Amino acid sequence: MRAFTYQSAGSAQAAVGGTSDKPGSSDKRGDGATVFLAGGTTLLDLMKLDVSRPAALIDIGEATQQLSVIEATAAGLRIGALAKMSAVANDTAVNRDYPVVAQSLQMAASAQLRNMASMAGNLLQRTRCSYFRDTTWARCNKRVPGSGCDALEGMNRLHGVLAVSEQCIASYPGDFANVFVALDGSVEVLGPRGARTIRAANLHLASGDSPAVETTLHPGELITALYIPSGPHTRRSAYVKVRDRQSYAFALTSAAVAMDLQGGTVRDVRIGLGGVAGKPWRSAEAEAVLRGQPFSEALASRAGEAAFARARTREHNAFKPQLGALTLVRALMQVHGMEV
Amino acid sequence: MAQDERKTEPDAAARIRETQASLARSRSAQAASVPLIGPSTARYESREKVTGQARYAGDVGPVGAAYAYAISAPVARGRITRMDVSDAQRVPGVLRIYDHQSMKGRVKPLAILGEGGYAATSLTPMSGPDIAHDGQIVGLVVAESYEAAREAANRVKLDIQATKPSACFGDPGLRTRPLSEVRKTKMWKDPKVGNADAAFSAAPLKVEAEYATPTQHHNPIELYSTTCMWSDGRLTIHEPSAGVNILKHGVAEQLGIVPELVDVISPFVGGMFGSKVAVTSRTVVIALAARDLGRPVKCVSTREQGFTNATHRAETRHKVKLSCGTDGRLASYGHEGSELTSRTDAYTVNGTQNTVHMYAWPALDTKVLMVEADRNTPGFMRSPPEVPYMFALEVAMDEMAEKAGIDPVKFRQINDAQTSTYENKRFTSRSVIQCLNQGATAFGWSRRNPRPGSMRDGDWLVGYGVAMASYPTVHVPAAVRVRVLADGTAAVQIAAHDPGTGAYTMAAMIAGQELGIDPQKVRVEMGDSRLPPGPLAGGSNTTASICNAIAQACSNIRVRLNVAPGQAVTMALTSGAVEEYLDWAPPGLEAAKAMTANYKGQPEFWGGAAGADALRFAFGAEFVEVRVHARTREIRVPRITGAFAAGRIMNKRTAHSQLMGGLIWGIGSALHEATEIDRRASKYVNDNIAEYLIPVNADIPAVEVIMIPEDDREANALGIKGVGELGNVGTAAAIANAVYHATGKRVRDLPIRIENLLPDVKRV
Ligand SMILES: Cc1cc2nc3c(=O)[nH]c(=O)nc-3n(C[C@H](O)[C@H](O)[C@H](O)COP(=O)(O)OP(=O)(O)OC[C@H]3O[C@@H](n4cnc5c(N)ncnc54)[C@H](O)[C@@H]3O)c2cc1C
Repeated sequence: MRAFTYQSAGSAQAAVGGTSDKPGSSDKRGDGATVFLAGGTTLLDLMKLDVSRPAALIDIGEATQQLSVIEATAAGLRIGALAKMSAVANDTAVNRDYPVVAQSLQMAASAQLRNMASMAGNLLQRTRCSYFRDTTWARCNKRVPGSGCDALEGMNRLHGVLAVSEQCIASYPGDFANVFVALDGSVEVLGPRGARTIRAANLHLASGDSPAVETTLHPGELITALYIPSGPHTRRSAYVKVRDRQSYAFALTSAAVAMDLQGGTVRDVRIGLGGVAGKPWRSAEAEAVLRGQPFSEALASRAGEAAFARARTREHNAFKPQLGALTLVRALMQVHGMEV
Repeated sequence: MAQDERKTEPDAAARIRETQASLARSRSAQAASVPLIGPSTARYESREKVTGQARYAGDVGPVGAAYAYAISAPVARGRITRMDVSDAQRVPGVLRIYDHQSMKGRVKPLAILGEGGYAATSLTPMSGPDIAHDGQIVGLVVAESYEAAREAANRVKLDIQATKPSACFGDPGLRTRPLSEVRKTKMWKDPKVGNADAAFSAAPLKVEAEYATPTQHHNPIELYSTTCMWSDGRLTIHEPSAGVNILKHGVAEQLGIVPELVDVISPFVGGMFGSKVAVTSRTVVIALAARDLGRPVKCVSTREQGFTNATHRAETRHKVKLSCGTDGRLASYGHEGSELTSRTDAYTVNGTQNTVHMYAWPALDTKVLMVEADRNTPGFMRSPPEVPYMFALEVAMDEMAEKAGIDPVKFRQINDAQTSTYENKRFTSRSVIQCLNQGATAFGWSRRNPRPGSMRDGDWLVGYGVAMASYPTVHVPAAVRVRVLADGTAAVQIAAHDPGTGAYTMAAMIAGQELGIDPQKVRVEMGDSRLPPGPLAGGSNTTASICNAIAQACSNIRVRLNVAPGQAVTMALTSGAVEEYLDWAPPGLEAAKAMTANYKGQPEFWGGAAGADALRFAFGAEFVEVRVHARTREIRVPRITGAFAAGRIMNKRTAHSQLMGGLIWGIGSALHEATEIDRRASKYVNDNIAEYLIPVNADIPAVEVIMIPEDDREANALGIKGVGELGNVGTAAAIANAVYHATGKRVRDLPIRIENLLPDVKRV
């Protein structure tokens, strides 16, 4: 950890007022920049590991009251940026109307972390790639832009097979963001130059394309709320997470599925995949296979294959396309069998 | 060394003889009547522990302390050409930064424990520019705060001439030698009986397979920490240690001072599993820094640093050959084990010393090979020899049983050996058959359909598996002081250790029982090198060693006070106190020699296969159900049953906890725990407990522990065998066997993971 300045902001406006739009040297929200501190469960870890070296922290914990509503209306679900993961996971309306949202949060991290961590922080959590988190590795394009990637030929069991490249194969580790992008959510943002809305699909940049700069947020921009539109697919939805142990582990592979099923035919479907890609991943390929077709296990298998048709594997993650496809099939079968 | 000051008058002598005789009579009567499974007593310090009042070594924060942070080598092999501390020195609060030049010549070499020394590695800390393993301590920052020390350490720049390291089995540049050629002090002869090759060739049924176990780290929840302070030339070390006398003597030798000037204080140890016994590199450099600065220095290693500054379970490979007749009787056993070690030390667990006694094979041939790589020296970790070697043997047994078409429980019963073919020794007791029978009944083994892949529950494939556990019963010399006071209380002092196992409570229970007073009235002191030297916590010896020692001391007091058995000894005291200081040695050791070694912090182990008369071992049979998801192949263990016979159980509750903890540990060993290494760099990759997985609550739905009464007064006077390292032996094999039964896939390489069970992995 390096010396930094610290201030606390009681509102979104105060937080943004305290920032500068000076970008950091690697991740533009990181090194040498002004950085928001929410639950701290990603940020403080990385600071202690000397991976993240912000010049200034603005603690937004005091703005929690202002920024933690959970509001489910006929149009959609609005979640304050500082709502706790646990609060959203336990919310009755979320469990009833957006089971995939609730499940992705219930299966994430541990009870202690969920009580600490905010929804915006959850979206913006950073990769678990060991070569990123351990500064004794010389090559990491995320940490030291232009230095290369030690993970390519290293221990890469947890790494991505989609949205990765020779520059970086770090996987996006979170669960909820895959749901968020599949359900076409968006974030409301307040920055030094005012407010704007960013579609989830446009929020994260892929590790493979842009290792060091991970999002399209501008320096100094604060996420104030998350929004998920409701639809005929949101109730018939589920999250399946495959991991080495039963709880408290990142996904090897996961699948978020929301389906509008009418008389056995898939009218609409949304598919998110976790643990396999360099950013929160929505599989347009798998959705295309299913949309408009009568549902069957064979169709689900074809969707699984389509989802990973462009996968690029490495020595230790060679199993991921197959496991990812099976995970998706399992989620599709489960959702298909749901009574809603 | 005994400080017994009693003066014996003539008629008193006769009285004492009479008491002794009556004591002996009542002992044998008691032996028949005392239940072999003792009372269930909660640990006396449990309230202190759960309310955070128990003071662990790392809780010591002396006034005026400075804080140290170690600088770790970023490569596994190379030479430091320059260490630039200019940026680091500018961090406010930095007091001093050490490198190998400023430490050079200040630390004397120390041999490793078991080779005449006390250390975990024979590498002398910070003695030169050469790097022998990743994470080696190459510098130390001392500052006014932990944070400043850490920041400065992060700002140190190292110029290193790196060399390509050899990391693992199969890598170029390793050196492989038979253990029989490597051993420096203790001779090692690979066990062999008859002509195993010929028996194998001639047998109608054979299994020949290779097995592998990974590197594992202890990861006790309590981090490795050291606080050193000097006062008038005396050094006090607060460090979580399960070998306070080892640390005392080791650090004294490194510093070149007499051991009498070093005290080690470690009343509680927050888990250790073998990792806090030998002297690791950090202690002596912190002691030197504290002396230089003239103030206490405290250092708490990070979780990552613990992976390289302490020891670990070595990676192993095994070639096992079994053969049997069509009647299921084993004809031969072959086992070649290879163990990965460092280039500096040939640390070995040579598990064949114990596996050869498992079954009734007429011929056997074994070999242990040491493979030296650019790694830090491994060390003991819970059941060091058994975990890897029994895994290989017990999976091979399952494969052999299947070939013979015999149920794996029955197959083990057919081949039970009441006398070992190796050296023809009998066991003082061996309840393998009882463990198998009771375990199988409780588990419901009869419901098992022998055909692999035949059992299913909804989306889950179901498999049942069995394997044996065994662990040698060992003892270590122990000195103890027992004081009985006229107010009806007593005190026991012994520098033994309680790494959470319940040793304090056990000591109070045995003393209370032998003195005829309420155990709650016995004050026990442990974990302090100023106390009479007791056993290190290793080899599951503590209960057997300290209970025998304390019982003997108490009964000496009873004789001295001439109180009849069954009555409180305190009856005979109207004022003052009576004290007994006893040096207890296990019966098979030469007492005088054993004592001298004990007072030097070099405790000798006796028991297991070492007894000239017979073998001393505890056994168990473990039954598991696994479920493998039919589609996505997650492997879960909904229930596990272990039936164990381990002599007399002193405290039912803490023994149950040890065995249950062992079973859980075994599940982790089978499915979760593995330290991953980057082979190009010989660096650990998942060196944190987010990525180094151990089971969580959700992984352990049901654990059943059965303790089978076993009366074995020959193992030692009280008939106690150890349980701390019994429960986790064989568990991984039982799970591997159950996974095979569920899926038809035989996995011989741990841990067993989802990808091992997927139908077909396509590579791009
Ligand atoms: C051991 C462990 C296991 C875990 N397992 C899982 C898992 O299985 N699944 C899973 O999904 N997650 C998992 N996580 C990640 C965890 O969910 C995240 O760490 C957490 O959600 C981050 O939230 P926070 O509020 O603590 O963020 P912080 O650490 O405070 O912030 C994270 C990042 O977001 C930025 N930030 C925070 N709030 C805002 C805002 N409002 N606007 C702009 N920027 C902001 C910060 O500047 C920082 O860069 C795990 C974490 C740990 C430590």
